[in-house]
Order: sequence, then structure tokens, then C-alpha cells
Amino acid sequence: MTEYLTNINPVAAILIHAAIPLTIILVYALVAIWGERKIAGFIQDRLGPMRVGGWHGWAQSIADLLKLIQKEDIIPTDASRFLFKFAPFMMFAASYAAFAVIPFSSAYIGSMVNIGVFYLLAVTSVLTLSVIMAGWASNNKWSLLGGMRSAAQMVSYEVPTIATVLTVILVAGSLNLMTVTEMQAGNDTLGFLPNWLIFQNPFLISAFIIFFISILAESHRVPFDLPESESELVAGYQTEYSGMRWAMFMLAEYADMLLLSLLGAVLFFGGWNSPFGDFMGGPLWGYFWFMLKGLLLVFVMMWIRWTLPRYRVDQLMHICWSILIPLSFINLVLTALWEVIF
Amino acid sequence: MMEVISKDTGKREMVINMGPQHPSTHGVLRLELVLDGEVIKEAEPNIGYLHRCFEKYAELMDDYAKVIPYTDRMDYVSAINQEHGYVIALERMLELEVPERVEYIRVIMAELQRIASHLLGIGAFGLDLGAFTPFLYCFTEREKILDIFERATGARLLYNYFAVAGLMRDVHPEFKTETSDFVKTFRPKIKELNDLLSYNSIFIKRTANIGVLPEKVAFNYGASGPVLRGSGVKWDLRKNDPYSIYDRFDFEIPVGSGELGTLGDCWDRYIVRVREMEQSLRIIEQALDGMPDEGDVMAAIPKRIRPKEGEIYTRTETPRGELGYYIISDKSASAFRVKARAPSFVHLSMLPAISKGSLIADMVAIVGSIDIVLGEVDR
Amino acid sequence: MKQPEEIFEYLKSEFGEEGLGFSTGDIGDPWILIDAALIKAISKFLRDDPEMRFNTLMCLSGVHYPKEEELGVTYHLHSTELHQTVVLKVRVPIEKPNVPSVETIWKTADWHEREAFDMVGLIFDDHPNHKRILLPDDWEGHPLRKDYVQQEFYQGVTTGA
Repeated sequence: MTEYLTNINPVAAILIHAAIPLTIILVYALVAIWGERKIAGFIQDRLGPMRVGGWHGWAQSIADLLKLIQKEDIIPTDASRFLFKFAPFMMFAASYAAFAVIPFSSAYIGSMVNIGVFYLLAVTSVLTLSVIMAGWASNNKWSLLGGMRSAAQMVSYEVPTIATVLTVILVAGSLNLMTVTEMQAGNDTLGFLPNWLIFQNPFLISAFIIFFISILAESHRVPFDLPESESELVAGYQTEYSGMRWAMFMLAEYADMLLLSLLGAVLFFGGWNSPFGDFMGGPLWGYFWFMLKGLLLVFVMMWIRWTLPRYRVDQLMHICWSILIPLSFINLVLTALWEVIF
Repeated sequence: MMEVISKDTGKREMVINMGPQHPSTHGVLRLELVLDGEVIKEAEPNIGYLHRCFEKYAELMDDYAKVIPYTDRMDYVSAINQEHGYVIALERMLELEVPERVEYIRVIMAELQRIASHLLGIGAFGLDLGAFTPFLYCFTEREKILDIFERATGARLLYNYFAVAGLMRDVHPEFKTETSDFVKTFRPKIKELNDLLSYNSIFIKRTANIGVLPEKVAFNYGASGPVLRGSGVKWDLRKNDPYSIYDRFDFEIPVGSGELGTLGDCWDRYIVRVREMEQSLRIIEQALDGMPDEGDVMAAIPKRIRPKEGEIYTRTETPRGELGYYIISDKSASAFRVKARAPSFVHLSMLPAISKGSLIADMVAIVGSIDIVLGEVDR
Repeated sequence: MKQPEEIFEYLKSEFGEEGLGFSTGDIGDPWILIDAALIKAISKFLRDDPEMRFNTLMCLSGVHYPKEEELGVTYHLHSTELHQTVVLKVRVPIEKPNVPSVETIWKTADWHEREAFDMVGLIFDDHPNHKRILLPDDWEGHPLRKDYVQQEFYQGVTTGA
């Protein structure tokens, strides 16, 4: 499809190409926000949104979005205006850009670069920058504290994330996520399991656990939601934001959540590969399986959010630097040894 | 940004206002914090945002009984207990006998209210620490109690139900079965709460060893109720200075033991509340058994209340601690002076002492663990 | 456990008859009237003496007595160790409403004294943080005085008086 389009009109081809992840993100955000509220309601013995749109309040997020668009865009008098206005868009741009190297299906990947994982990790680092930017530019002490917490947290948790990703790359032998997915096709492990990387090496199971904890922290989810911890820092770096700009933060955050979950799906759970080998395979089913795996991880993140309390800032750092980082590196070495021996 | 240079260290510190509109200050409380990074150097509570001149109104009312609705509004989370203290003070001043049935209904109501109030305190404490779900579980149960109150008193929050030597109206006929049904269904919920929150390792990490209040300091600051018991002191006015008919019931006083941290930390104060709910259930069960089915709910008292000259200080155990009413009478129809000694007021005053050197996140935990109601602090 | 009368006798034997008085209303609690100059010494004695051990100050209230043109402080003490209770009272003239602070003896007094200053206008000497607590610092008058008239404007806003 891509080649056909490129032959007709290269610019249109690029735009259409870029529009696919954007559409997925936007639709996903609307569904996920509604879904999170329904899941929260289910966990908390209540109904959640029930009114807007009729069936189980399905249009709630759309109504919220319309409300947010109409809201006044308040900028504090003493805020650093340019940075304040720019930060939410930069944050969303960073998450969005990272989707370029995610293979949604065997037929679609934004950009087939050989350094895919490296690019993804580099681009998501910009998120940290935009959070600090928002926190500092607001000229609000709570925002500043939130921004600083976030900087410390994201920079720290990038280390175990990268270490575990490295573990997978070590086994897979490629930085291109498409290649990583393709090599997970088939159903031969122990005779019946899919050839997903998580089943290839016992140390990749522990790597996944570390990876999952780290992405919880990376995407500011409970129990590591300190940058915006509502009950301590009011709303952290988002305190002064309103209307559309705040919605951008929200969108970026949900996009980030999806991005990291999809990365997890690619690295550990075979990406767009069907769990039943060739059955229900093919490019279109690829989208389905890939999104399903990603959304399942997102669901687990939501489940955790509505169950656990929040860590304190020093405990968070302790978990990262004295537990997760050493463990992830030990794990890396053990994985390598396993690969050499077997 | 506003900054100050510390006189002692020369370090740059930040002054930050926590409140009056902050999600975790449980009302309109303003804490002036001096921060070094996130470490609290100094904390000063600023109160008065909810001051409604309770004491002045109590003097201006032309009848002692007209003050009862105002007492509701002091600690709006446990209104029945506030009324209870006040009517007991008046009954002692007037040397009135209270009918048996009234006493039993009062005790049941007061204990139900204690559970409702603790549920709110526990839930909000969890919320402060980022645990959203226990809060709603607590509210579901609290709702059931409020339903019982609504059927019996006609109101859900501010009841105006106790009267001098009686009650405003009798309870409805199904009150007994309704209440005992609630007791039965509520017991397992406490276990659920313990599984979900009390023994959650993150929760313990956030509360154990935080905001330690040693016994000596607690006495010196006049702490009472769960805050004092959290420091390991077996002190409960229902047992130590019995009022109403509390001496007839068999119940324990749960105290903190420092089992997961230091004695007198936030977790101890929290778990005392959880265990007190079980004891309240025991009292309710015994009171339901002993409650006479028939009987007046209003003693024969003069229409106009005019106590003799003198003064009295009565104290009762509310969910938050010792609530004292100091009433001076000058033989007229209205009180010469009514002073309410509110436990939250006293507990809040020790916040600077126990929060020094902790982090902002700990401050939130400490404020939650002393479970203040600002309506009572400011009166 | 000692009754208030016995505590009064005990105090007399310790501090002499000067500045001490015992009285009671028709109903309710009796109280020991103490000279303002003595309150700090007596408080310390009541807290530390092995037969007194009043380790908690339950309540501290300021009262305005318009007829006598006096202000008063009432201290309700309780000993959790010996289970005894006593009420102390101090009366001072309204022109010079100075009472020594007992903040160093019971920390409870810290905020209660500030409240008494705020509401009745008592002045507590040596209080470390002697300012209003419930009302704004620039409020006029002390509301719990019987002759209190609410100010009409506060910072340009009508107060509804």
C-alpha cells in the first residue's frame, strides 16, 4: 500500500502514513479514559459514568473533550509564557514521535529504521524535559516540586528500563522492532508455546517484571505517580494548566502509557504475532493482536492504580537505585550467560 | 519565586502554603511550611477559616436547648457525639434523670456515629496516601449507617436528635433489626479493609515510623482519643470516666503497640481506629440486647431550662478524642459562657512538633493520621 | 485520688493562705481561686508533686465578667495517673489583664492561651507566640467580651454588623 501511494504522491503518502498512529492514539485515548473510569467503578463497587450517550456512558470522554475545548486557557501572569504554552505540545509530540518505530502489524510500521529501540528511548526522554518545562514555567511552587520529582524519577527509571530492553535486544540481536517481532513468529517452544521472547529465556521473565515496574514509573502511574500526586502536590506540574493544554497533558500521558505497553508487547509477547501460529494471522489480525496485547498491559496498569497506595519520593528512589538497577544488570549478565551456554 | 535565606545555615529555603485549598488538609486549613527541598524545616498551622462563633452564639441564644443544633456543626462528621456531650452537660447541671430507653438509643447512635466517623477518617487517610479504592469501600459502609440515621432522625449529617433528658422523637419500629443487620454485614468488611489497606506493604512503608508521638509529649499536649491511644496509653473516657451507661458494657480499649514501627507512629493511630470500630460493634450488640422495647423517650422536664448558678466541665469521648464543654450558668435562661474544648484543636497544635524534619508526603500522612475536622478546630 | 477540698488544703500547706481561695456554685464543680502571680508556680507544683501529678491540662478558658469588670482564666486539670480533677481560676482586672503563661508547663496551653487572647483579650506574659489564632491579626476587639460590638468594615468589606 505504501509503495503504491508513494508512487502517486509522496507527500500524501507520508501524511497518511503518519496519520495512522495518530488516529490510533486519539481513539485509544477516548476509549481508555472512559475505560479507566469504568474499571475504577467496577473495582470500587460503583457504576462509573452511566449517562452520556446512553449505553454505559460511552460518550463521556467525548463530552469531556468538548468541555475542555471550550474552557478558558488560563496562563498565570508571571509564568514564562512561551515555555508554559509549549510544554504540553512538546510532551505530546514526544510520545507521538516515538510511535514511528512501533510495528503495528506486519504491513505497517511508521519508519523502518535499524536503530528503532534506540530512537524510541531517545525520543521518550524528551517527556522528562517537557515535564520540567511545565513545572518550572508555571511559576508555582507545587508545579516546581512536581517537575523536580518527575525529573528525578524519569531519569532514574530510564536506567532499569534501558537495561531490561537491552536484555531483550541481546537475545533478539536486532534494534529494529519489526525484525524483533518477525523472529517471534511460530509456535514451537516446548512444542506448544508461541515463540515469544518471554518464553525463550527464563531470565527474560524476570526482565519483564523489572521492565513493567519501570514503565509504571516512567508513565507516572500509581504507585509511582509522584509527579502529579494529587493529595500531596495538588496536581504537580499540571497545577496551573487548564482547558486544551491540560487535555494535551492527559493525552500525552495516555499515549505514553500505550507506547510503553506496546513496546512491552513487542519485546516480550511477540508483537503482532497471533498466539495460535498461523491461525488468525495476517496483517489485519496483526493490528488486532498487537493492540490487544498492548491494551491488556494498559489494563493491568489501571488495575494496579486502583488498588495500591503511593510510594514516597525517597522510597521510590530507593527502589530504583538499590533494587531495580542492580537486579536488571545482574539479569542482563545471567541472560547473556544462558544464551552462551544453551 | 519567594525565597528566604536561612539564618542558621545560609541555605536557600522555600516558604510554601499548603492550603487553605489543598486536597489533603481535610478542610480549610493552611499550613505554612518552610522547605529545604522537600524536607520540612518548620510548619505552622494557620486556622480560623471556618470560625463561626459557636461560643458567642451559645451565649446569645435565649435557651440552652437552642444551642444543640450548633453543636452538630462543630464536628460535622460526628454530630451525634457532639450533641451527646452537650446534653450530658446540661443534664448534669439540671440534675435530671434520663429514661433508660433513651440512654440505650443514645449509646447505639453514638457508637454508630463513631464507626461512621472512623470510616471517613480511615478512608480519607488512605486517599491522602494515594489509595483511592478503600475510600469508596469505607463510604459504601458509611452510607449504610447514614441510612439508619436518616430513618431514625430524619437527617443524614446534622441530626439535632438528642434533646435535654430525651430524644427529639422515638426510633422507628424496625430500628433494632436494621441496626443488627448492619452489625452483621459490617464485621467482615473490617477484614476486607485490613487486607486491602492496613497490611498493604506500601501503606505500611508510608505510615510506620512516621510522625512519632511519644507518650510524654502526647500528655503534655493534651492529646486524647485515638491519637493518645496510638501512643500506647490505655485511656478512654468511656472506661476511665464513664458517662451515660457505658459502664454497663463489656469492651476493650485498643492501643497502639508499635508492632510495625515505632510506638506512636501514624500506623498505630490508624490501626487503633480500625480496632475501635470492632469494639463499637460489640457495644452496639450489647446495647441492642439490653434496650427496652417500650418506654418514654422524653423525661418530664420544665419547658424553660434555668440551671442554678454554677459551672460545670463535662467531657465525653468523641471519635476524635476528649470533647469538653465548660458551661457557666448565672441563673438566667441563657448560658453565661460556653467553651468547647475540641480534640482536633488540641491535636492540630502538636503538628509542628511531630512533623519537623519529615517530607511533604509525610506531612500529608501525619495530618491524615490525627484525623482533624476543621469545623471543630475553628468552631 | 483527692477531692478538690483536699487539694486546696494541700496547696495551702505548701503555698500559705495568701492568694488562695476556695469556692463553689450552687451546682457543679468547685474551684480554687488563685492570685495571678502565683499561677505559674502552683501549676508547676501541681504537675510535678508526687501527690498531685496533674499531667494534663484539659481545658483553658477565658471568661469576661462584666459586673466585676474583670477577666478570668479557668484551668481544668486532670491527672491520668491518680485520677483526680481540679479547677483553678485566676481573675485579673480588665485594665491590666496580664496572666503568666503556663505554656512551658502544659503545651496544651499554647493554643488555648492564644484563643483566650483572641476571644477575650487576656494577655499572657512570656507566651512564645502571642498573637491571634482564630481571627485575622488585624481584627478589632475581642468577640467574647460581653460588651463587644462587631466592627462594621473589615479591610473595606462589610461584616454584616
